[in-house]
Amino acid sequence: MYNDFAPIPIFIILSVVFIAFALFLQHLIAPAKRSALKDSPYECGEEVEGSAWVQFNIRFYVIALIFIVFEVEVVLLFPWAVVFKELGLIAFVEMVVFLGILTVGLVAVWRRGDLDWVKMVVPYGQGRYAKLAQPQDDVDH
Amino acid sequence: MNAADILSTLPELVLTVTALGLLLLEVMGKPPRARFVWVALGGVGLALGLEFAVPSEGQFYAGMISVDLFTRFFNVLFLTTAAGSLLISVPYLRRTLEERGEYYALTLFATVGMMFMAKAHDLTITFLGLELLSVSLYILVAFYRNRVRSNEAGLKYLLLGAFSTGFFLFGIALIYGSTGTTHYDGIRLAIGSGEQLSMALTVTGFGLLIIGFAFKVALVPFHMYAPDVYEGAPTPITAFVSTGPKVAGFAAFLKVIATAFAFTTQHWWGILWILAAITMTVGNITALRQDNLKRMLAFSGVAHAGYLAIAIMVGSADSAFALLFYLAAYAITTLGAFGIVSLIEGEDESGLDMDSYRGLARRSPYLAGVFALIMLSLAGFPPTAGFLGKFFIFSAAIDEGYTWLVIIAVVNSLISVYYYLRPVVAMYMQEPADESAVAVPAFIVPVLLLVVLVALGLGLFPMSLVKNSIAAAGSLF
Amino acid sequence: MTASLFYLFAVGLLGASLFVVLNPNPMYSVVALVFGFANLAAIYFLLEAYFIGALQVLVYAGAIMVLFLFVVMLLNVQSDADHPSLPRVFRIGSWWFGALALVFIGLFLLLVGRSALALLAPSEVPPTQIGSVSQVGEALFTRYLLPFELASLLLTVALIGTVFLAKKKI
Repeated sequence: MYNDFAPIPIFIILSVVFIAFALFLQHLIAPAKRSALKDSPYECGEEVEGSAWVQFNIRFYVIALIFIVFEVEVVLLFPWAVVFKELGLIAFVEMVVFLGILTVGLVAVWRRGDLDWVKMVVPYGQGRYAKLAQPQDDVDH
Repeated sequence: MNAADILSTLPELVLTVTALGLLLLEVMGKPPRARFVWVALGGVGLALGLEFAVPSEGQFYAGMISVDLFTRFFNVLFLTTAAGSLLISVPYLRRTLEERGEYYALTLFATVGMMFMAKAHDLTITFLGLELLSVSLYILVAFYRNRVRSNEAGLKYLLLGAFSTGFFLFGIALIYGSTGTTHYDGIRLAIGSGEQLSMALTVTGFGLLIIGFAFKVALVPFHMYAPDVYEGAPTPITAFVSTGPKVAGFAAFLKVIATAFAFTTQHWWGILWILAAITMTVGNITALRQDNLKRMLAFSGVAHAGYLAIAIMVGSADSAFALLFYLAAYAITTLGAFGIVSLIEGEDESGLDMDSYRGLARRSPYLAGVFALIMLSLAGFPPTAGFLGKFFIFSAAIDEGYTWLVIIAVVNSLISVYYYLRPVVAMYMQEPADESAVAVPAFIVPVLLLVVLVALGLGLFPMSLVKNSIAAAGSLF
Repeated sequence: MTASLFYLFAVGLLGASLFVVLNPNPMYSVVALVFGFANLAAIYFLLEAYFIGALQVLVYAGAIMVLFLFVVMLLNVQSDADHPSLPRVFRIGSWWFGALALVFIGLFLLLVGRSALALLAPSEVPPTQIGSVSQVGEALFTRYLLPFELASLLLTVALIGTVFLAKKKI
């Protein structure tokens, strides 16, 4: 029985070993000259600005929660699909009821526009784009 | 699944469909919001009718639920409470311009949860019913999203409620681990035949279940959330929160103890004895100091949970019947109390202090009369239903030899008279600030009539409820 | 074999959980929680509850962790400034809670301890096949049908409630 799942730990171990080996190798042969600039995060060549710890908008949270609800729903579809052939019509009806109830929730949320992505309207040159409005020379580097 | 299964849950199905329909109506192009309450009340009425029209008896859904007189008693009580709370809500929602389909739908969902808690014959259903009830209530408590206190109350309720749910679930897991089943009968058989893995595991699991229930019915020391939640929630929801979970919690608690543990575990370390004594005392003494009516009624609810815990602990047929009688009287009178509080309440949650009730007898004599009756019933004066409820519980406890606990309870009842009479004194013996009569919306009138019928009618002619309670409690034994 | 694997994953789970509670940086805590969930999933696999194990990875280690990350980012908890490096448990305000937890754990060990030895002994009974997807499905759609449908109600209420409370404008 464990043999069925043997590939999983093998994959995990292999991936860890592979990455550890690669890192170890580069540690051995690559020259290491650390500096503050090198340690800073890479942002496509731009200068690093501010902290990565910014406050997320609550809309991400709402989307994530809706996602969880429907993921749980999808996960429960798996065992249904497996036993569908044996149980037949009754399982079908049961799943239709289950999905129907959740669909009502989805319709209610959808119709009210809660699935729409709320766009944040920031006028040009304000908020986080404040620096853009200034003449470019004034921005100190 | 077959037709009998569906028939056994017909009232719950009707309520569910009504609630889902309300959710859909709410998102229509132009929601007919003024009619929502009639849809909701229609669903409740239909469910109530089906409860009697299609009676079933026995276990259904592969033993997941059991339906008998006990569940019918509680279903009627739940549906009445739900209808009363819907009626109280309408004027309040219209006054504050918050009448929305979700409100009614969530009230109905919570009612479905309560009904399944009473019908459950398997801890899985007990848990899911409890969660359905709790989650709906978390949302309802925080329903007024632009009120800070409503939000705060909702958050507190959610956090502490989730915590207690964890205890409850852990208890179920331990019981399952020990007995190998979550079915009430299976647990009883495993304990009785000694096939459980270990008594210690079962008892620990049972202790954790007690914590879960104690939170829902607000027993000290798990009552901390009650005053803040009751005060912060919109008043009609306070009426629902203070009755629904309490009645459903005690119903499920009694059924679990009676059928899964056969009244063998509740004496465990005298823990319920201590809980009941502390709960009564803390609830009553703290209520003495409250000036805000909602907080006062919150602590009074805590104290009543203490009296009810006595009935759970005693565990005789008499005490089970007393518990049912007391719950019915308590639920209806408390509902009426909060209904009247919501009428006196002014804009922005003002008018909740004792002073707002000064001279109410001169302003609105009938309203004051009903409120005084409610207070007397809650305090346990004869000839009200509250008195009879206390009398039944105390005499059942004395029969089983719990004299000291009854002495504590009686002393507590005497203490409670003081704070229950404060609003009565204010209404009848003090001068009103203004002479204008309090407007009583038509929606509230049936609730007030029901309160009078229960508090006074059942106090004078209790036999109908007594018979039903005895029959309902009898189906547990 | 099974027993040693169990202890390996149990230690991993306990270590990860302690890290979650004691680490002052919530971001690290979340990542440690993922690790803990992975260990838990492995324990489920050892119990031959394959479906639950897979569910644990999909739902908990996947979706719920994303949600936790969003919440941490939403609350904008700064790790360094407000929190001293000493774990909260050792600070004065938390003494009460710590004591309460200790009492509870002690009580629990006292009660369960007696049967703990019996539980630790490896079971001689060959494990029954109860955890495969088809067995879960069969139980779910026959015996546990009502809980299954109730769960969908619960999910719907949660969905409606979240959206209702979290949206700025309705």
